[in-house]
Amino acid sequence: MSNPSSFQKLRASASLQHRLSVGLRLLIAVFLIIFSIFPILWVISASFNPTGSLATQTLIPKNPGLDNYRTLLTSGEFPFWTWFGNSLKIALITDVLSLSITTIAAYAFSRFRFRGRQTMLKAILLIQVFPALLALVATFLMISQIGDVFPAFGLNTHASLILVYLGGAMGINIWLMKGFLDTIPRDIDESAMVEGATDWQIFTQLILPLLRPILVVIAILNYVGTYSEFILARVLLKGSEQYTLMVGLQVFAGAQFNQRWGVFAAGVLIGALPIMIIYLILQDKIVGGLTQGAVKG
Amino acid sequence: MPDSTSQNVMKTKESSTINIWSPLMRLGLLIATDVAAVWFLNRLVSLGYLPLATVIIIITIFVNVVLLRQKAYPIRWMVVGLVLMALFTIYPIFFTVWVSFTNYGEGHLITQEQAVEQILKEKYLPEAGKAYTWTAFKSPQGDYALWLKDAEGNGYLAKKGESLTQPQSGEAGIGELDEKGIPKTIEGYKRLNAIVAATDQNLTEILFGETGTTIQVRSPKEAAELLPKYIYDPDQDAMIDQEKGTLYRNLRGTFTSETGQVLRPGFVETIQFANFKEFFISPALRGPLVRIITWNFAFAFLSLLLNFSLGLVIAIMFNDAHFPFKKLIRSLLIIPYTVPALLTILIWRGMLNPELGVIDRTLESLFGWAPPWFTDQWWAKIAILLINLWLSYPYFMLVCSGALQSIPEDYYAAAQVDGANAWQQFRRITLPLLLVAVGPLLMASFVFNFNNFNLIYIFNAGGPPIASTPTPAGHTDILISYVYNLAFSASRGVDYGFAAAITIVIFFIVGTLTILQFRYTRMWEEVSENV
Repeated sequence: MSNPSSFQKLRASASLQHRLSVGLRLLIAVFLIIFSIFPILWVISASFNPTGSLATQTLIPKNPGLDNYRTLLTSGEFPFWTWFGNSLKIALITDVLSLSITTIAAYAFSRFRFRGRQTMLKAILLIQVFPALLALVATFLMISQIGDVFPAFGLNTHASLILVYLGGAMGINIWLMKGFLDTIPRDIDESAMVEGATDWQIFTQLILPLLRPILVVIAILNYVGTYSEFILARVLLKGSEQYTLMVGLQVFAGAQFNQRWGVFAAGVLIGALPIMIIYLILQDKIVGGLTQGAVKG
Repeated sequence: MPDSTSQNVMKTKESSTINIWSPLMRLGLLIATDVAAVWFLNRLVSLGYLPLATVIIIITIFVNVVLLRQKAYPIRWMVVGLVLMALFTIYPIFFTVWVSFTNYGEGHLITQEQAVEQILKEKYLPEAGKAYTWTAFKSPQGDYALWLKDAEGNGYLAKKGESLTQPQSGEAGIGELDEKGIPKTIEGYKRLNAIVAATDQNLTEILFGETGTTIQVRSPKEAAELLPKYIYDPDQDAMIDQEKGTLYRNLRGTFTSETGQVLRPGFVETIQFANFKEFFISPALRGPLVRIITWNFAFAFLSLLLNFSLGLVIAIMFNDAHFPFKKLIRSLLIIPYTVPALLTILIWRGMLNPELGVIDRTLESLFGWAPPWFTDQWWAKIAILLINLWLSYPYFMLVCSGALQSIPEDYYAAAQVDGANAWQQFRRITLPLLLVAVGPLLMASFVFNFNNFNLIYIFNAGGPPIASTPTPAGHTDILISYVYNLAFSASRGVDYGFAAAITIVIFFIVGTLTILQFRYTRMWEEVSENV
């Protein structure tokens, strides 16, 4: 090994090996990327394909045009804008309310010590084990019963859907938020308390501004989650005018998928783009959140 | 860690606790809540929704205690969330249990009281019963009176709850009679013309005359002394037909005669373990159910294995800080994760469409054959696993690459010194450490896929259907999509009770898995340390 030339050869071969391996991995990456983005590319192409049917589509459309978008947005065949608006509205209201509920509750869990505190925190975690989806039948029956008394909160209302979403608000987010609040030093609270500030003042004026970064992330993830939710909306909303975008597109796909593939594709893209953009911009934060969860367990 | 110091802080703090809401506001809120709750309860009880009424009572008491007791001050910060959680997350779980012990479903939607009330409304014209022609009068207050004429031409005045009278013109406010012998006016009432009267919905509902011998409008021409067709006998819990004498006994929430005739509507009734018995021992159901459960587990397990493996392989391949285009590759690879799953499942459905979809058209032109993704059960299963792989591997890729970075480099250096090859390093260092880190997520992912309703339902609605089953079921149905079919696809009549019973079985499966998860990962201990 003391022979310099053989050492150099070894290094050269190692670097060659390294380059080969990088090349091979790049090749695999290309395959994987094709696998990953092909469906998306296919939909983008479909949305610009003027013939608009599933059977005649090619990856690069002949005579690409905006016909499908025009049909989607102006023909009034199905209320795409209403669905889109419903989804945005429901997700926004749910998001704001659920964040308020969880942040205020998490503050109490983090800052006050009271009997039953640990039990409650654990119970909240345990209840999450049972997905809301499972109680679907019961939720449906319950909302229909409530609707017999208050039609405004019954079946086929956005209010009922939002309430059901909010019922799941006190979940894992409480833990996330409490964990974050625990890292904020209590010295801040104490000095404010000495000055005579109330808990509420401390919370709103001192703590809340410090929470802004995590609030933004949770708000966005929540928003995406509600926006993409399907099954509860499908069960609780009955009228086409009340549908969320997910329900609307699913129903549309069930009815006239093959012939109106191009219009459907345009709808999917408009519906998916906001979420995709959010994810890609925030990917470092989201990845951070995921891996933190993974490593902490 | 901050707990020990915070405990001390809290002790000094408790005495100086200040309310977030002024007492007056709290009192106003309390009164408003209670008034609303009482009104709501009243309506719920009158509709027979007792389980919901019970939970409203509990919640109302809880809110009162929290708002009134000084010691409950911290709970006030979370009361809204707790109430919503109790009502929309916890109560449905209990309600599911209750429903699973009942025959709740099509034809059994109301309480027995309501069903009896509806059946008792049915009337019949006894052979000896008297029929009249009628003319209606209406007062400005909305009260009705009838002028009846029997076959002999005698005129009678009938009002609700009063016995029939036979007044002459000029008596009791009766005005002049017209050529048919009907008074033109009655004091305090206005005569309705025949068409208005015939289309008046209220009129047919009113029982004129005294209880026992009531007269009801039966048709635009005729009013008759009708008797209730059925009488309810609480001792036998049965309906007795007054006309024919038939006895209809309560059989699982439907009044049924010996010959099998039934009275509609039926009602909700507890049927003990019948739903569960059906689930476990009904031979007709066993075939599809065994298949569904087997596939359910196979699907969850295979999905997890495939998705995690691919994610891990990719994470390891690119776990190299100097890899070219690393960021770009990652951005492109997580794209499937960024599109709402429902939309991509629909896209896949289009792409896999036989004959029309791009994948089948391409395969067809290359090999002259393409898999029947929707009509063959095995190809349908492969398609579902493939789509799920596409949907989920980015998640595992992200999670695994995070976890890989947390494994200290020293371990690998030490292994290299000991002469371990790459496979041994992976097998002995990477995999065990990784599994510890992502174990809980794997378990959660298994539970998620076990109930992955969206994928199954949207791709093919559980199809292709299993032939000749008593309830609609498909080869790719998992338990939760089967439940959905039972509860919401009305082709054979919905059966909430049975659907709820299956839900309870799923609850148990999920619960068991969670306990295992807690055991295996010691997550609970960690949680206990953190709270």
